[in-house]
Order: sequence, then C-alpha cells, then structure tokens
Amino acid sequence: MVGSTLRFSLLLAAAFAERATALWPWPQYIQTSERRYTIFPHSFQFQYHVSSAAQVGCSVLDEAFQRYRDLLFGSVSFHFPQPMGKRHTSEKNLLVILVITPGCDQFPSLESVENYTLTVNDEQCFLLSETVWGALRGLETFSQLVQRSPEGTFYINKTEIEDFPRFPHRGLLLDTSRHYLPLASILDTLDVMAYNKFNVFHWHLVDDSSFPYESFTFPDLTKKGSYNPATHIYTAQDVKEVIEYARLRGIRVLAEFDTPGHTLSWGPGVPGLLTPCYSGSHPSGTFGPVNPALNNTYEFMSTFFLEISSVFPDFYLHLGGDEVDFTCWKSNPDIQAFMKKKGFGEDFKKLESFYIQTLLDIVSAYGKGYVVWQEVFDNKVKVQPDTVIQVWREEMPVRYMKEMELVTSAGFRALLSAPWYLNHITYGPDWKKIYVVEPLAFEGSPEQKALVIGGEACMWGEYVDSTNLVPRLWPRAGAVAERLWSNKTVTDLDFAYKRLAHFRCELLRRGVQAQPLSVGYCDVEFEQT
Amino acid sequence: MEHRGLGWPRLPRLLELLAALAVQAVRASAVAAASPDLCLWPMPLSVQTTPRVLHLSPDNFFFSHSSTSKAGPSCSLLQEAFRRYYDYIFGFYKWHHGSADLRVGVELQQLQVSVILDPECDTFPKISSDESYTLLVKGPVASLTANRVWGVLRGLETFSQLIYQDFYGTFTVNESNIVDSPRFPHRGILIDTSRHFLSVKSIFKTLDAMAFNKFNVLHWHIVDDQSFPYQSVTFPGLSKKGSYSSSHVYTPNDVRMVIEYARLRGIRIVPEFDSPGHTQSWGEGQKDLLTPCYNGKEPSGAFGPINPIWNTTYSFLSKFFKEISTVFPDEFIHLGGDEVDFDCWASNPEIQDFMRDKGFGRNFKKLESFYMQAVLDMISAINKNSIVWQEVFDDASKLMPGTVIQVWKAEDYTQEQSKVTEAGFPVILSAPWYLDWISYGQDWKRYYAVDPLSFEGSQEQKKLVIGGEACLWGEYVDATNLTPRLWPRASAVGERLWSHKDVRSLEDAYRRLTIHRCRMLRRGIAAEPVFTGYCDHEDRM
Repeated sequence: MVGSTLRFSLLLAAAFAERATALWPWPQYIQTSERRYTIFPHSFQFQYHVSSAAQVGCSVLDEAFQRYRDLLFGSVSFHFPQPMGKRHTSEKNLLVILVITPGCDQFPSLESVENYTLTVNDEQCFLLSETVWGALRGLETFSQLVQRSPEGTFYINKTEIEDFPRFPHRGLLLDTSRHYLPLASILDTLDVMAYNKFNVFHWHLVDDSSFPYESFTFPDLTKKGSYNPATHIYTAQDVKEVIEYARLRGIRVLAEFDTPGHTLSWGPGVPGLLTPCYSGSHPSGTFGPVNPALNNTYEFMSTFFLEISSVFPDFYLHLGGDEVDFTCWKSNPDIQAFMKKKGFGEDFKKLESFYIQTLLDIVSAYGKGYVVWQEVFDNKVKVQPDTVIQVWREEMPVRYMKEMELVTSAGFRALLSAPWYLNHITYGPDWKKIYVVEPLAFEGSPEQKALVIGGEACMWGEYVDSTNLVPRLWPRAGAVAERLWSNKTVTDLDFAYKRLAHFRCELLRRGVQAQPLSVGYCDVEFEQT
Repeated sequence: MEHRGLGWPRLPRLLELLAALAVQAVRASAVAAASPDLCLWPMPLSVQTTPRVLHLSPDNFFFSHSSTSKAGPSCSLLQEAFRRYYDYIFGFYKWHHGSADLRVGVELQQLQVSVILDPECDTFPKISSDESYTLLVKGPVASLTANRVWGVLRGLETFSQLIYQDFYGTFTVNESNIVDSPRFPHRGILIDTSRHFLSVKSIFKTLDAMAFNKFNVLHWHIVDDQSFPYQSVTFPGLSKKGSYSSSHVYTPNDVRMVIEYARLRGIRIVPEFDSPGHTQSWGEGQKDLLTPCYNGKEPSGAFGPINPIWNTTYSFLSKFFKEISTVFPDEFIHLGGDEVDFDCWASNPEIQDFMRDKGFGRNFKKLESFYMQAVLDMISAINKNSIVWQEVFDDASKLMPGTVIQVWKAEDYTQEQSKVTEAGFPVILSAPWYLDWISYGQDWKRYYAVDPLSFEGSQEQKKLVIGGEACLWGEYVDATNLTPRLWPRASAVGERLWSHKDVRSLEDAYRRLTIHRCRMLRRGIAAEPVFTGYCDHEDRM
C-alpha cells in the first residue's frame, strides 16, 4: 500500500522535477500539482491554530518560526511590492500550525513522535502534528517547498504531504577528542542536521587524544587532559548551550564517555585510574585501559557518571566499550593476581565483562539507559535486555549485516553505523555507496527487524577538524539521513541525485559549506572569506 | 635542455659550493630539531642556526632596503611584501596582549633587504627567474640578500617562518644563516575552473598559500567540457553561452587581477586552453567549431572534439590564441591535447574523406597530430612556448623541439619520463600528484616520497625535468572544499620540488608539516589537519 502511493509520488516527481526536487529527505507520501500560490515575505506569518496545544510562548516553535522566516526570506529586502487590493486565493500569507499534544519544554526522546501532515491548497496552508517535534520536521519540509521564480517572487505549489520517519534514531557522531571542534562548529552542525531531519547528536566527547569535557566533579580531567585547558574545552555552559540548541531543533544529545579503552587522556587528571603497563617486572611508564582491578576505579566512575547523568538529560548514555587492548592488562602483575582471584583464567574478555557489567550497573542505578559499541555484545558481556548495541565493524568478526542478525536474534536493539563511517573518504560520488545501504537487509524475523531503531553517520576526528568538517559531512551525511527517514522503497539513485544536488545548493544558500556531488554549479556559491 | 640553457639562472659559485654542503647542513638542522622551533617548510638548501636568540618587538621592527640594494621603496612589489610579512609575523600581536617589554637579550630591529642585480620589480616572473637568496639573522640588523626580487620574496617567507613566540609570548628568532635556492624551477599547482567555477577570492587564497609553500606556477585549467568561464574580448559568445551562468565568468579585469596578485607573490600564471578534446563548452558560443558526430549517415546531434579539417577552425584558433598571448604575459601557454576521443571523428564522413586525402588511413592519431602541429605552430608564431599533456608526445610522429611535455598518467610514469627526456623534451611531472584522488589517512606521505628524477636516464635527461605540478581537478572540488583538500597535502609536493633531494625523512617532515599547517591556519588558510592534534590559534578559523 505504501509502495503504491510512493510509486505514484515518484512519478509525480519525475513529471514536475523542477518543483519538488528540493525535498530532502523524501517524504513518505506527497502529492503536488501545478497550481501555484504566491507568498509575500512581508506579510507571511506562521500562526498557531486556536486549538493547538502549543501557543505563543512555546520556545521550540516560536524560535523555529523565526529561523524559518530567516531561511525563507532572509536575504530579500522587505521593500517588496505590496499586494494590491483584496487577497486572492492564489496567495498564501499564513501557515497555520496545530500541535495536538503539549510539550514545548520537554526534551525529545527516542519515543518522540515526529509525524506531521502538511496541506497547501485553495482552502488552507496547514501543518498538523502530534508533537512540537513533528511540527519542526514539517516546518523544514515547508521551507523546502517554497520556491523563488526568476523574477524573485516566492511561491509554493498545491501540496499534500503525510510524513513520518522510518527509524526513530537518526544520528550523527562527531568526535571532539582527536580534534577539538569549536562550539560554533557543533551548533552549525546541529542546524544542518535539522535540515536533514537527523534527530540524534552522538557526541563522542573524549578519547585517548584529549579530554575537552570540563567536569565540575573532577576539574583536573580537562585541566590535565585537554589540548589546552584555556581554549580547547567545553565548559558546563557550552554543554548546556549545545543541549538547548539541539532541543530547539528536536535533536537529542547522546553523550559518549568511552571506557575502559580509549581513555589515555583521562590518566593525567585521575592518578591511578589507568592500568600501568609493565615491561617484564617493572612498570614501563606507559598506561593502558582503565584499571578494572581496583575499587577506586569504580568509586571514581560512580561519582563521574553521577555528574554525567545529571548534565545530559537524555535517557541514554553511550558507554563505549570498543577496542579494548588486552596487552597492557596482561603485562600487569596486579591484574594477573586479580584474574586469578576471580577465576578468569587467561580470558581477558571476562575481565572486560567484569568491568563493563559493574559500570552498567552503576549507570542503570542512575536511571539511565545505555548504548554500547558492538564489542560489548561480541565479548558476551551480560547486559540488560534493553541495552542498545551499535554495530560499527564492517567485516570483523563478521560482516555487519550478519552482526545485525546476531544482535537482534539475541533480542537486543541495534543501531547501524558500519557502512556509514564518513571519515573514510574515497574519490568520487561515494554518497551512492552510503545511500544504497538497506539497514534491514539481514536474515531475521519481523520481530528482529523491529529491533533496529536506526543508525548513525560517524565522522571520526583523526583527520577532521573545523577546517574540513563541513564539506566532508555535507551533503554525504544527507544520504544517511534519507535512508533513515524515508520509505525503504525510495532507492532510485538518479532521483536521489537530482534532489540531493538541488538540496546541496539550498544548503549553500543557507550558508552551509556543503561540497559538490559532481560537476556543475549553484546560483549561490560558497563565498570565500 | 632548451629551457635549462636559455638564460638559466647560473647559481653563483658560492651557492654551488654550499649546495654541495647542503646535505650535511640539512642533517645538522635535523639534529638541531631538538629546538622545537625550527619548522621551516620547505626546508632550505642550507640552514645553520645557533641557540642564541634574538627578540623582536612589533613596535620596533621594520623591513628596510639596504643602501647598496638595487631596489628601493619605489619597488612596490617589495613594499607590498614587507607589509604582508609584517602582518604574518606580528598579526597575532593584536590578538595576544602579551607584555610588550622584551626580556633581556639582543633585539632584532631590522631586516635589511639587498637586491644585487637588476631587481625585476616591474616584470613578470619567468621560468628562468632567479629565486635564490641568503638570509643572515643576527642582531640588531639581519640581512636578506638576493639577485632579484623573486629571491627576496622566498627569503621573506623563510624569515617569517623562523620567528616564533616563546613561552612568554615574546617574538623570538634564533641567530641563523640560511642559503637557499630551489631544486626545480617549475613548481606548480593546477586548479580547474571549468568543472566548478572558483571565485577570484578563492584563487587569491590559493595564491597566498602557494607563496607560503614557495610554489611559483599557477596552472590555470580555465576551460573544459563543462563550462567556459573565460570571457574573451574577441569571442564574447564563448563565455556568454558556454559559462555556467553570467556570474560564473572571469572578466578581463578578473584575469588581470589574478595575474597581478600572482606576480606580487612571484607566481606565474600559465593558462591552459585544452583542445581538441575537452572542448564541449566551446561549441555553445562558437558554431561550427566542434565535429558533428554521425549516427550512420545522419548527424546524431552530438558533437565531438574540435573539427581539425576546416580552415575556419584554424582561423578561429589563431585569433583566439593571439588574444590569449596578449592577455597572459607568461611565455608559456598550455595547449592541453589530452584524452582525444576518436569515435566522433571516425563517424564523420567529411573527416573520413579528409583522412583519405591526407593518407592517414584509419590512424586518427595522425589526425590528432596534424591538429596539434598546426596549433603548436600558431603558438610559436606568436613567440610563445607550449606545454602539452603527454598524449601529444605519445601520439606524435614529430614535435617541435622545446615543447614541454606534462606527464600525468599514473601508470608507468617513470618510463614515460625516460621516453620523453630521451627524445630531448623537457618534462613537468604530475602523475603521482593528482590531489583530487583522495583516500583515507596520511596520503601526503605518498606524495612526499616521490622523487621526480627516479626514472632511468642519463644526467642530461634528468636535467630536462623542469619540475612538477600538484593537480587538483575540479570534478568534486569547488570553493567549499578547495582549501582543505589542497593544503597541506600540496605542501608535500612543494617541498619535494623546492628542497634538496636528500630531504626526505618522513618523521622530520611530519613534525615540520604539522607546525607549518598551523602556521597556514594562523594566516587564514583553512588547511586540514595532518593527523590528530591541535593548533594554538585554530579558534580563529
């Protein structure tokens, strides 16, 4: 059923390519016609419907109206020809918004409903949604529907859209440890995420290279672990700003504090936290993963994650758990003794499990859910059934689709990232490779497929900082965004190319330094400063 | 040999001697790298530094002309350069309100510049321009000596790279003695403004960064199949109909500005007008220039390469290149000649007849050569030299001596170098340096490891390699990603073409390149990171 309306909408798009091509990601259901309505920037308004649960004073929507007004008409002067005489049905000067459920001051969650219906016809110009989050998605779609004629008049075509996301978790990972990203880069990214209907900002805050998160419980972590404690840190205020900026765009902030590996930068600020590696019978002076054999470690984690749980409002925390190197643990006599005492034998996966389980218990005691990288599942750590497993390894130990099958058949929810490591660059239009991935193309029951809550595009930071982040992300991440939002039948590459190329020009118009997909040009190009 | 022979800068004897010592000096400096401050890029021929430091105060330092210099304040090229480099050195002072008091020690108050020969202030740089210089840094007056202004420009860049801010924020430089000259005279960057238009501002930025890396040729692949942004005075229809839009063009004034901006930085502009292939966009504005392709007996409506059999083609090209030769002052014009697709020619009955009349048989390479020969003759008749892509050499029976061959095909490129130089033609190497071919990780190491003379051949043959070019083709590149894609990856090529062949330690290069990248960042070039880490001033970007 969905399929047939969709095919219908595809045909329409082909017929009126000029018009609807800017829509990205493609809505679930769309019908448009040749009938055109003029929009006058000076008189156009967003207006709450009288029976809307959200009214003036709803921060999320009030601010969104302002943003979209700027995006739509920002660059035009308002000395625009006034419409003369009485209004015609061919003019649209109001978009009426009706939100059914109140919730302007809440945070978006995995369960948030993002559905909306957008109707532009002779009678009305109307956006209906269950929640404010759905209204945000609808406003974005609306902004993409408004076109400008060569003479400079704004118009919108008669359109009927019913839209909802295919997956509830549509994320983008940024890594602020390998390279620090200025706050402005993060906020700008959140804007572009909203243009793409992404709804999760996975913030890989810290890693081996640096610890920019300023903890008020353990200020030494940044003081000693950041690249520069004066400039390369995120203060509590910065973090608040990111969370609120994201909330206003319907985006969750999923904070990751990866342990026990990837923690070298934690070491200088918390003496005794990392495992001292040994060379023979002497400490070599280097350090390995978090030391899982000490009580102090768990006391520290307990205090630290208490802070994290209160700073980040999202129900989920990302606890990492990837790529734990056992060499250092193996070399350390204290750890060897601990292994013996616990009866782990030579199986360091058991030690890893011991650490992770203790950590998970700590975090769940704070009323949080958690996401972990796939190794936690691969190494058979006993985790709670509601744990989310993020699949990131392309080939090993198994092909990622096989891994999806294994994770879901064990009853866990899964997030897919493996084919979407955007930091891996190659020559040419690699967005196609990203786009053609079908997240449910694994063997499994419908129940298993239902456990896939979405995916994430990952931009790891080894070679990325604010100099190249934006063109490397956009529009490539857009390919992931559509895959996670649109219907699974939206797979035609030519159709996608046309829209994505158009969307990329729209991003340029909005000031985003999005790189080209192929040869060509945009009316508004990126301005070198 | 032609180009090396023709007015080649003869290094002064002293320089040659020093060149022989260079290896040693460079090694010495690599050891001195214990002082983390020596982060010159590209590495000069000979560097001697001492631990003795001098301090500079922004309020009490200036560039001056030595009384014996052949250049003075009337040389605007140098005056402009002084202003630029003052800014690069102290620009941050405004942002960093460190203490202005100098700590005890000797102050460096002046860099005195001396040009020995006719300075060439108002001329354009040439392939034979002398870029050598010597820099003696001592207090209170340092000196920079060069034969021409071009050497002064290179020396100013080096001088600016020597200065760092110490722990207290004081501008500091170690006493040092540097003798420097380039290994190759042609060190180029290719940009492609046809696949994507690049604004004049973007080109300026690129020229700035080129100067930071001692590049001296901007190879401007200005037109191609996709668009014709060059606004021709003689044939305005070419850009009117062949550009992406009326705002995606380079007016004569734009072109003049680019040439002058480059000149002030000692950079030549070598324009490329690629033909007979890669010319779809020419056809829009110039009717009856391209070959009509046939589908059996009927024209298919599609067009192929430039039609080489009509007289009108050559009279058009003759007028066109006459304009080009006056607009672009450089002695070289790049004529392209790559990737000519023969299918369309083969389908066209008129061309078939022509082939028969000329006795070319079915060998379309002969037709291609016929065309290229005519264009090359045209260029030499207007007293310009030609550069062409390697196919012109590969497919030609004979070629005018002195034609420069640009080797670009990655496969067996060293063999190609051998062949071309054996036939006596000068070579520009690009094959290993296609920077548009991106991959994950530190690919700069691959570019850096290349030695342009690693092919089989005699000493004479090696001398025919006049340099190389890093090419950033534009299929996937425009103003949004040009700068981080070029820099610092192209810097690897910059050092390979400037520095002594024995400067090849990857470890030392990594250390210097990382700092050099931060320096570019500080100067407003959005150069991407080499690897994990940070720069002090990156928040300014």
